Amino acid sequence: MKQDRFIAFILLMLALSALSGLVLITVFIFKEGLPLILQTGFRDFFLSSDWDPKGEHFGILSMIVGSLAVTVGAMAIGAVFGLGMAIVLTQFCPPGLVSILKPLIELLAGIPSVVYGFMGVVTIVPLIRNHLGGPGLSVLAASIVLGIMVLPTVTSISVDALKAVPRAYWEGSVALGATKWQTTHMLMLKAARSGILAAIILGMGRALGETMAVIMVAGNALEIPGSPLDPVRTLTSNIALEMGYATGRHREALFATGVTLFVFIMIFNTTALAISRRSAGKGGGR
Amino acid sequence: MRRLSPAITQRVAVTFLWSLTLITIGVLLYIILYILAKGLPHISWEFLTKAPESMGRKGGIFPMIVGTFMVAGLAVAIAAPLGVATAVYLTEYTREGRLTFVIRFGADCLAGIPSIIYGLFGFVFFSIALGMGLSVLSGALTLALMVLPTIIRTAEEAIRAVPYTYRETSYGLGSTRWQMVTRVVLPSALPGICTGVVLSLGRSISETAAVMLTAGSALRLPQSLSDSSRTLALHFYILSREGLSMENAYATASVLIIIILALNALAYWLMNRFIRRAG
Amino acid sequence: MFPGKEFLWCATIAAAGVLAVGCSDTQARSVAVVGSTSVQPFAELLAEEYLAKNPAESVEVQGGGSTAGLQAVVNSLADIGMCSRSLSDEESLEFEGTVIARDGLAMVVNPENTVKDLSTEQLRGLFSGVIKNWQEVGGPDCPVRPITREEGSGTRDSFVHLVMGKERISRRALTQESNGAVKELVKGDKAAVGYMSLGMVGSELKTVRVDGVEPTAANVLAGVYHLARPFLFITQGEIRPEARRFFDYVLSEEGQEALEREGLVRNQ
Repeated sequence: MKQDRFIAFILLMLALSALSGLVLITVFIFKEGLPLILQTGFRDFFLSSDWDPKGEHFGILSMIVGSLAVTVGAMAIGAVFGLGMAIVLTQFCPPGLVSILKPLIELLAGIPSVVYGFMGVVTIVPLIRNHLGGPGLSVLAASIVLGIMVLPTVTSISVDALKAVPRAYWEGSVALGATKWQTTHMLMLKAARSGILAAIILGMGRALGETMAVIMVAGNALEIPGSPLDPVRTLTSNIALEMGYATGRHREALFATGVTLFVFIMIFNTTALAISRRSAGKGGGR
Repeated sequence: MRRLSPAITQRVAVTFLWSLTLITIGVLLYIILYILAKGLPHISWEFLTKAPESMGRKGGIFPMIVGTFMVAGLAVAIAAPLGVATAVYLTEYTREGRLTFVIRFGADCLAGIPSIIYGLFGFVFFSIALGMGLSVLSGALTLALMVLPTIIRTAEEAIRAVPYTYRETSYGLGSTRWQMVTRVVLPSALPGICTGVVLSLGRSISETAAVMLTAGSALRLPQSLSDSSRTLALHFYILSREGLSMENAYATASVLIIIILALNALAYWLMNRFIRRAG
Repeated sequence: MFPGKEFLWCATIAAAGVLAVGCSDTQARSVAVVGSTSVQPFAELLAEEYLAKNPAESVEVQGGGSTAGLQAVVNSLADIGMCSRSLSDEESLEFEGTVIARDGLAMVVNPENTVKDLSTEQLRGLFSGVIKNWQEVGGPDCPVRPITREEGSGTRDSFVHLVMGKERISRRALTQESNGAVKELVKGDKAAVGYMSLGMVGSELKTVRVDGVEPTAANVLAGVYHLARPFLFITQGEIRPEARRFFDYVLSEEGQEALEREGLVRNQ
């Protein structure tokens, strides 16, 4: 028994590694970034679009707006496609096909983001520039690329949520004479509502945090976008673009951008976690 | 307007949903085939085994292949023991309570953090505060932290899927908890755990933003873990963005895609084995 | 049978061992060349050719920026610093800067754009957002889309220094992180105007005359094309013989020719 306790203690120490990693990340990002936010002042940092590191102006409003615009756009695409695929996979697809489609969707998640960004530049950007106008590098281009990238996240979590709905609901509905589609949209989607919501919010977190693909297709201009065809700079691309050379206050400002991103992500993720916890509790034993 | 009959509505809905699915699969295949079609013709034995010349315009990608596997392999080698230990602790050594809640919460939060934040953290913590500089080691430690939640989650699921009767039998034969875990539970869960490890390896190989800030972009073959190294994904990014050589960029991307395809196939195969065994 | 306990311990010990090897690594000190990311690719190329001819030598090139390069020379972390701007008065008291080459800054537009000649004044207007339509500078009726480089890039710094002066680059300007990306964008967009290293222009883009002077290596060398910046090697006092050998190679006819092949302009 003594040995058992000792092993349990060692395992506990190792199990705390993820948690301590999270704490370290939080501490270091805030330590590097927070002082600059406080010195600059909340107003001049969050509510100004004047980003000029040489002139000591560090306003990131346009990037916050840019990040949110791109994220919302990505979700408009990612949610429709992701949820659609989740419904197909759980309700309308023979099991044999499911075992082909699922690994394909996982493969979609495995493709490097630089490849997505590159494909966006060679296919989507010229299409937008030639047919819709503007520079091509735009909110729209970034939304499409990110929408595809977050698809696997939305799909797989929605599939889990739909599968967690008790089979008896489905059988009852079909026994009452409802078609499969009626059952799906009147019953299954409602029963899995919170799980699907969690999937969409987690997908938004993914889109908000993506970096390399966005740098390549978003255009990175500092102006607040007025239309989906305008270029934008996101919080992530601001960090990755300028980190290479930044020193002193400029570097602190990039960490402060990171702090902002971190806070947004934490809000998204804890919301999604809370929603999925609650739904797991409500569903009772699976 | 008359309401459509349920049968017709169903047909319309299903057609719509299937077309969404097919579009997605089409996009996936298009990306893969586009890259492979442009890249495969430029891959040769020399390309895979030679060092790059004039910044990657000519020559091969050997140092990047080595660098990629050093960074990603080390990351997974660090994260896997930690992740499996965490999963064992959560499933076998403690009851659900505040502590497990906090540990899971930590892992879930870690899973949601964007790679650029990992990059920033790895840069200030490993590269600067711990003095590792831009190096394979700094990159690997950063990625290890990044893939840790995936490994914990897949290992936990795999361990939970081991039937309870196995454990009871093991206890019945008089083994200690540790013997039960190492001789019964982990072996049964191994394919499931390996699936998570293989997918994490894939994710480490695909990552760009985090390694750019921690492992740097040196073109030379890394001689040790303290050398800077450029990974394949970053090399592709730099080649295509600088417009140095599109042929080499496509060829690099093809190598990357082939590695990812192989790893996904491996993970899929392991998973099937696991399901067959557990079921 | 799965080896259980042994496996976990071996994995842990292996990881720890690998860490230890990584940290205790020592190697013979190679010639360190550190600094400007604009000079870096050229220095890497020179190092490559130099090492091909002198396999016994060892040269390592690293980026970080011009200022970081100077700092590294002060701290003896670098034998040679790289700098892509002229030294300030105080800096030139402390350091010795040697021009290894000059780099012209070319203004590029889409080949379909009819504009051939722009004054510095007009360039400033195009990039600050004052001039919004190409008609205002004698071009087609088409909005202007300036393309700039990211904050901190040496190319951007010299463009701001040589053209913008006190004016700021418009917030609407697209920002790209490399010469190649700027090139790709200008190639595809009729409304675009960008700037890049003269050596990187290639044949697919159109360069414009600035204040009536054609951007060519000859004009940079003659000093008539004024959008040019020096690439410097920075040293402090005596440097190690192996560093001196590399330095001499760069200034030699062979080194200068290599730089010219890459589109730079020789030092004299």
